[in-house]
This record gives sequence, C-alpha cells and structure tokens, in this order.
Amino acid sequence: MRLEPRAHVPFWLNITAPLGAVVLAFAFCALLILWAGAPIIPAYTALVKGAFGSTFALTETLTRAAPLIFTGLAAAVAFRAKLWNIGGEGQLYAGALAATYFGTGLVTLPPYLMIPLLFLVGAVAGGLLLLVPVILKLKLRVDEVVTTLLLNFVVLLFANYLLFGPWKDPLAMGWPQAAPIIDEGVLSPLVPRMRLHQGFIWAIAFAVFAWAFIRFTKWGFQIRAVGYNPEAAAFAGMPIGATVLRTALLSGGLAGMAGVCELAGLKGYLTLDISPGFGYTGIAVAMLAGLHPLGVIASAIFIAAIYNGADAMSRAMSISNYLADVLTATALLLVLASVLFVRFRPRLR
Amino acid sequence: MELLDIFITLGFWGALVRMATPLIFGTLGELICERAGVLNLGIEGIMTMGAMVAWMWVYQGGDLWTAVLVAAACGALFGLLHAVFSVYLGLSQHVTGIGITLLAASLSYFVFRMLLPDVTTPPKIEPFKPFAIPGLSEIPYIGEVLFTQSPLTYLAFILVPIVGYGLYRTPLGLAVRMVGENPMAVEAQGIDVHRLRTCAVMLGSAFMAVGGAFLTISVFDAFYIGMINGRGWICIALVIFASWRPGKALAGALLFAAFEALQIRVQQASSAVIPYQFFLMMPYILSILAMIVMSRRAAYPKALLVPFRKGER
Repeated sequence: MRLEPRAHVPFWLNITAPLGAVVLAFAFCALLILWAGAPIIPAYTALVKGAFGSTFALTETLTRAAPLIFTGLAAAVAFRAKLWNIGGEGQLYAGALAATYFGTGLVTLPPYLMIPLLFLVGAVAGGLLLLVPVILKLKLRVDEVVTTLLLNFVVLLFANYLLFGPWKDPLAMGWPQAAPIIDEGVLSPLVPRMRLHQGFIWAIAFAVFAWAFIRFTKWGFQIRAVGYNPEAAAFAGMPIGATVLRTALLSGGLAGMAGVCELAGLKGYLTLDISPGFGYTGIAVAMLAGLHPLGVIASAIFIAAIYNGADAMSRAMSISNYLADVLTATALLLVLASVLFVRFRPRLR
Repeated sequence: MELLDIFITLGFWGALVRMATPLIFGTLGELICERAGVLNLGIEGIMTMGAMVAWMWVYQGGDLWTAVLVAAACGALFGLLHAVFSVYLGLSQHVTGIGITLLAASLSYFVFRMLLPDVTTPPKIEPFKPFAIPGLSEIPYIGEVLFTQSPLTYLAFILVPIVGYGLYRTPLGLAVRMVGENPMAVEAQGIDVHRLRTCAVMLGSAFMAVGGAFLTISVFDAFYIGMINGRGWICIALVIFASWRPGKALAGALLFAAFEALQIRVQQASSAVIPYQFFLMMPYILSILAMIVMSRRAAYPKALLVPFRKGER
C-alpha cells in the first residue's frame, strides 16, 4: 500500500472519516460484548439510554463532560504547539490543591469574586506545575513527555500526604478528605435537584475563549506557527521560547481549572478520587476533536456519554465498565489513523 | 548507624536484584525500540498486559514458562499494532504510544474483570520459586544475593550482554542502529526500513511484557488494578539515563532498584519523622533528576520520532 497526498480534500471527508473511525471502535467493542456473553443491540441500547435517556442521565453526562472539556482543551492547546503535555492529571490535582488551600476558609469573598478567585488560583497552580518540565525542555532539552508523566505520580502522592496528614478533616470520620469548600465558593446547580453545576458553563466559556485566542490573537497565531514548523517560525522572528512558555501556562492552567471545577462543583471537598483519569482521557478528547477547541466541547460530551452509558450498561448486564476505557482508547487510535486518510489517498500498488 | 545496618543486611541486596528485574526488561525493550527510531510510549500499558496475561495463564492452570511466552507474544502483538500506526502509517509516535497504553491497560482490566467478576481480594497463584544455582549459591554472601533468585531474574541479567552483543556485533544489530540514525542509508542497502523497525518494536514490546509478567508470576503472586504504577515511564527515563546503551541500562536499573529497596527500609526506620509518601515519590523525582543530569550528553538516535516514507526526504 502506498499513500499519496490528496491535492484536494473533499469537505465531507473531514467529517465522515472520524465518524467512520468511531463506528469502527464501536464495532470492535461489540466483539468484546459478544465475548462477555451479552447481546450487542440491548447492550448498546442500555449504553445510549444511560447516557441520554432521561433528564437525570443527560445532566449526569454533561456534569462529567465539564472537567473533560477543561482537560481536553489543555491537551488540544499544548498539542497544537507540539508541546506534549501528558501531565494533565497532575495539573488537575495541583489546581484542586490550590483551590482547597484558598477555598476552605483562608479567604472569604462574595461568590461573584470567590468563584473566579478559585479558578484563578487553580489555573496558576496547574500552569506553574507545567512550567517546570517546559523550562527543563527549553533550557536543557529534557524530554517533556516523560517529565510531565512522572510529575503526575509526584503530585498525587503529595495530595495523598496532605489528605492523610495536615489537611485531613477531623470531622470526616477518618476518611482521607480535606475540609469542605466554603459556601461562597461552591458552583451552584444549573438544574434543580440535579448535580449539573455552573462549572459546565465555565467550561464552555473557556472553550470559546481558547478558540478565539488561538484563532484571532497574535499569540495564538504564534502557537500554531510553532506547532507547524518551529524553524520557519523562528526564521520569521517569532519568539519560540516565549511562545512555548505561554502555551504551557495556558495548557496547565486549563487542566488546573478542571480540578477546581470538580472540587467546587461536584465533590465540595478534596479527595484522592476526585479524578478517575480525566487528565489522560483529555488527550483522547482533544484528538477526537482534531485539536479544535470548539470541537472539544462535542467530543467531551461524547466521551462523557460513553463513560456514563457504560456505567449504566454494566449495572444492567454485568459487563465491566472498563469497556468505556477500551472504547475511548480504540476511538483515539482509529481517529488518529482516519485523519491520515483525509490527507492522503491510499493506493494499492 | 541505621543506614549502615541496612547496607550490611543480605535482604537489602537480594531485594535490590529482585526489584531491578522488571526495570531491566522494560529498559532493554524500550532501548531496542528507540535504537530503531521508534519511541514506544505504549510501555506502561504493555507491561500491564504482560502482567495480567501471565497471571491469568497460570491462574487458569497453565505452566509458568508458557505464561512467560504467552505474555511475550501478547507484548509483541501490541508492538505490531504500535508499528502499524507509527511505522507504516507514520503517525505521531507520542499519540500512538499513549493510545496503545490506554488500550492495553484498559483491555487488561476489562478481561481481568470479565474472567473474575466477583472477587474482592485478588486470588493468588503459585509463583516462580527462587532457584539456587548449584555450586554458585554456596558462595558465602554473594551466593544468597545473586544466585538464589527467580529464574526470570537470571534471564534479565543474561539478556543484557545478549542485547549488547546483538546490537554492536551482528549485522542485524548494525542495521537496527542504522535505521534509528539514518533510515535512508538502510534503504540504500536494500533493507526494508518499515519491516526492520516493526520487528524491533515487536521484540522490544515482548521484553516489556515479560517485565510486567515478572511482577505477577514472580513477586506479588496476584494481579491488581494500577500495579505497574509508573514503572514503564521510569524505564523510558532510564533509557535516556543509559545513553541508549544496554550495559549502562543495567547499571541504571540497579541504581534505581537500590533506591527503591533502600526507600522501603528507611521508611520503616524513620516513619515518625518523614511521611512515607515522600519516600514513594523518590523513584519518580530521581528519574526526573537523572534525565536532567544526562540531558547535556543525551545523544538521541537521529531518526527518533521521524517517520520514514519511501521517496520522501
């Protein structure tokens, strides 16, 4: 097989190719469902119903999508500049730690100031955490993939130390959790009696902001240019180092805000299971969206639907909900491949 | 005083050799992939897969050595998948690797949960017994540390010179090193670049899977969720630390295992003063420090991360 570049990419191919990849991912997981001894159609029906079947299911899906929009944006922005930030999970916890530090009584402000403050400190914490590997990359050419990955474990252990040690809430019956966020900092619910909270609106707002930033500003243009061709960008007089640093602050900041969103919106207090791998799933979200900030909204809702739907399916018919992770990983790989076939035409020799 | 006590106990040195084993397998595997020009970030997931498959094989009544082979075959299979994406299709090695890790790890957990739906405590298996090499194990001190280990540990230590010899003293090894430096030169020799890289990634991935298998069928006797715990990422840091040389990789793995073995013992001795979480952070922080120390001298294979397309320059 040979790949030759397409001179003209038909518009419909940009949409059908990734969709086809997602369909293939579902087909692959259908084999796993068969192997588990369950009928395919009812299983997938249960999945769709569990994701969108009722007001409760729908709001739960959107609730889960909120942090995924943030981590998806974090990956999308960084990958645009070819900055391989795989540390979203650690940055998420850094954001949650900072928000816990400021939000549990250290400062008390009215809600319209308190909530932005929590997002700000979370973003700063996440951004600063990513700054460490990025400065190492710029100054010493230390590969950022491995350092960001390793920092995830360090941050999680640090949170573990705080929650079992100095930050442990004495009122929590011995559970490792921090004191609750004060009422002024809690993100209010959007739908009565449901868990969907204001954080979802914040996520959408930041997706639009990230899109506008990358699309219309000078700094955003530099991020794209550095990603496409750093030599050409440098030749055109763009500050490569400064651009990468800005990208890092933006990407780490977005991942940090995912932690704030979960903390102040859903849990109310810091625990060690505040994120079931949102940082890693964010990479899949970003790739499914083709690294487009607005596409991240759709793909985050889609992946959140898969996770919530798989939970419902596993309750209904004893299929392990790890199927959602398999489905996401398969979709990630297949969508990655499908993009190639948009740009190139496969030719059999 | 207490620190000195640790160094003179044989248990410490034995644990060091044991803990180095999965790191040796993983680092050698990653080294082979990177020498051929392919960064394999699938390592974490492939180690998880190897650990699960080998454990499940033994749990279902299979033989221990067959379990090692099955794990290696599974690893090679995921290596093939990685190569199809990163070598033949020339897609981003970063994203492919992360995708392979997510896929292999989640598939392992899914299969484990489906085959054992109702267990709360992970069941145990009968693992590899330490094998005392006749004669050598009689040597005082050294015998107990070096020659009374799991057979897989011997295999890891034997593989280091074999991989070194293979890479530096055979035509195939020369081709593998060349395809990581200058694939066009390999092409000019009439060797299929894609096929060579694919074989290297498959072999390396098989090594990684055996490293994972060592954990379940030689150390812990059980498989549980999240058990690889970043060991794969540490191996990637170790490859850089070792400047892509098998001998240095062994030294690096031993050094890291020493810190890990020391960490557990110091932790027990001083738990009142320093919280144990800071000891658990040590391997990750040390990996980062090791990369910083070696960064000035890091001589990456020239074609690492660069996909090869025929007729393109």
